Amino acid sequence: MSERDVSVRNFTINFGPQHPAAHGVLRLVLELDGEVVERADPHIGLLHRGTEKLIETKTYHQAVPYFDRLDYVAPMNQEHAFVLAAEKLLGIEVPYRAQVIRVLYSEIGRLLSHILNVTTQAMDVGALTPPLWGFEEREKLMIFYERASGSRMHAAYFRIGGVHQDLPPELIDDIGEFCETHPKVLQDIEGLLTENRIFKQRNVDIGVISVEEAFARGFSGVMVRGSGAAWDLRKSQPYEIYEELDFKVAVGRNGDCYDRYLVRMEEMYQAVHIMKQCVEILSSQKGQGEVMVDNRKVAPPRRAEMKTSMEALIEHFKLYTEGVRVPEGEVYAAVEAPKGEFGVYLVSDGSNRPYRCKIRAPGFAHLAALDYMGRGHMLADVSALIGSLDIVFGEIDR
Amino acid sequence: MAMMTEDELRDLGEHVAASLGDAVSDVRVVHGQLQMVADAARIREVLRFLRDDASCRFVCFTDICGVDYPQREKRFEVVYHLLSPYINARVRVKAPVGEGETIPSVIEVFPGAEWFEREVYDMYGVFFTDHPDLRRILTDYGFNGHPLRKDFPVTGFVEVRYDEDRKRVIYEPVNLQQAWREFDFASPWKGEPAVLPGDEKAQAQGQVQEKAEDEGAAS
Repeated sequence: MSERDVSVRNFTINFGPQHPAAHGVLRLVLELDGEVVERADPHIGLLHRGTEKLIETKTYHQAVPYFDRLDYVAPMNQEHAFVLAAEKLLGIEVPYRAQVIRVLYSEIGRLLSHILNVTTQAMDVGALTPPLWGFEEREKLMIFYERASGSRMHAAYFRIGGVHQDLPPELIDDIGEFCETHPKVLQDIEGLLTENRIFKQRNVDIGVISVEEAFARGFSGVMVRGSGAAWDLRKSQPYEIYEELDFKVAVGRNGDCYDRYLVRMEEMYQAVHIMKQCVEILSSQKGQGEVMVDNRKVAPPRRAEMKTSMEALIEHFKLYTEGVRVPEGEVYAAVEAPKGEFGVYLVSDGSNRPYRCKIRAPGFAHLAALDYMGRGHMLADVSALIGSLDIVFGEIDR
Repeated sequence: MAMMTEDELRDLGEHVAASLGDAVSDVRVVHGQLQMVADAARIREVLRFLRDDASCRFVCFTDICGVDYPQREKRFEVVYHLLSPYINARVRVKAPVGEGETIPSVIEVFPGAEWFEREVYDMYGVFFTDHPDLRRILTDYGFNGHPLRKDFPVTGFVEVRYDEDRKRVIYEPVNLQQAWREFDFASPWKGEPAVLPGDEKAQAQGQVQEKAEDEGAAS
């Protein structure tokens, strides 16, 4: 055979679904030319549980725990979007103390998520110490979850009309104490990563995306802020008490993985700052009061009341069997979850079950752009990129 | 920048309705958000206008989802959510699509729509024309049916398990160990209007009706 076959075939590999850098059950089909990624085709849905279908068959109260199981890294932020949507339809004003508690726990969720993301992304590119230090802090935060709701992760603490129960004063003091010590740990992690030569080599100029492209691809949260857009729903479309709190929006410049890391780092400092203010309000005179609306069609009566009042017992029974009847209509409510804009599009037909509940997960849009962002990068950069997209499959697959 | 007030949104809605003509209808403000119904065939034109018009600039694509209304003539509704960071407002565009009908893909307007359209196709079976890669996305490889349709049972049709003899995962028809429980939430407290047989003989026709209406209002 004199003529040699010179056709070169691209190499296709399966990345995942059990790859540690895939952050869950991501099956990524990568088409490689040597070590350069030509095309990335993420196959998702391996964790699909039909959450939206299940919610359609359950009452509004029973839908809340499903939201914990979406982005299980920051459970309460998800619940928040759903209860906000339901409250908008019901036209309920949540008591002030409940709003403060919600903000406090949303920021704890932000810390939980960002600590996990920053440190495991560092692990994907070769550092082992940050996750060990970071997870110690996450443990403390999960204990705060447990002390408020009884559960470390799947809290079901935010309810339509407020939060389930008030916080004990000791817990508020302990959270205040945590806010004093936590920035030190953040500085330590930052000391390991920010100026680290290897970390920068792996992240700077990787996965660059412009603001216009980011918006057109449905990006939100850190993914647009890293590209330079000062867009934060907590500032621009404030909900709860964010309007009266003092915090800054961290904005990147280059839109690469490194800038997104820096934004997340700064957001953690800001989250601690917000938590401090919430603790202050909760301990002051201004922050006292009920944590649930006084509306028996939405909120259950107090236990003590049920011991003596027949009416209260009936109301309790009706609420937990039949549930809330939400007026007909449709609404879209979004919160600034740690990963971006987490939205709930709720359609009610006036019954006690949602007619349609579409969950708009930020990670879904981000992962969809992996092909666009990853093209022309090296194989090793894909794991850095996946890390910086902040992907959790609970919310993407739903 | 503060969020747009309802009046401002209403003005914006009038502007959109005037510019787009009969491509959109029923433009109104619902719960502080602009909403409109668009002609499915012209959805691309509508979204492009909303993106490019100087007073709208809804450049941020947020969401596409489907909703199933089996009782309507056009059964499905494809709902688009857009966000404008410039004027700080959201818009919802709803496009009714009948079963077996198609709707143009909006990927050329918003590249981020690709996966969302795949999801709508997967969940409802709405076809998007000109979509480069309209595969299923969330359901299993080789899945049959469209699970979010209202006539699709929550239990599904097949279940999987690992078969020890064949040493692989196998698919079997769903076998429920316990009957599916459909709870009836009709409130027993409200009750039916208490019309006893024979009452109509004792009372004049008008009175019975009046009574029934009274009870209806009271519940």
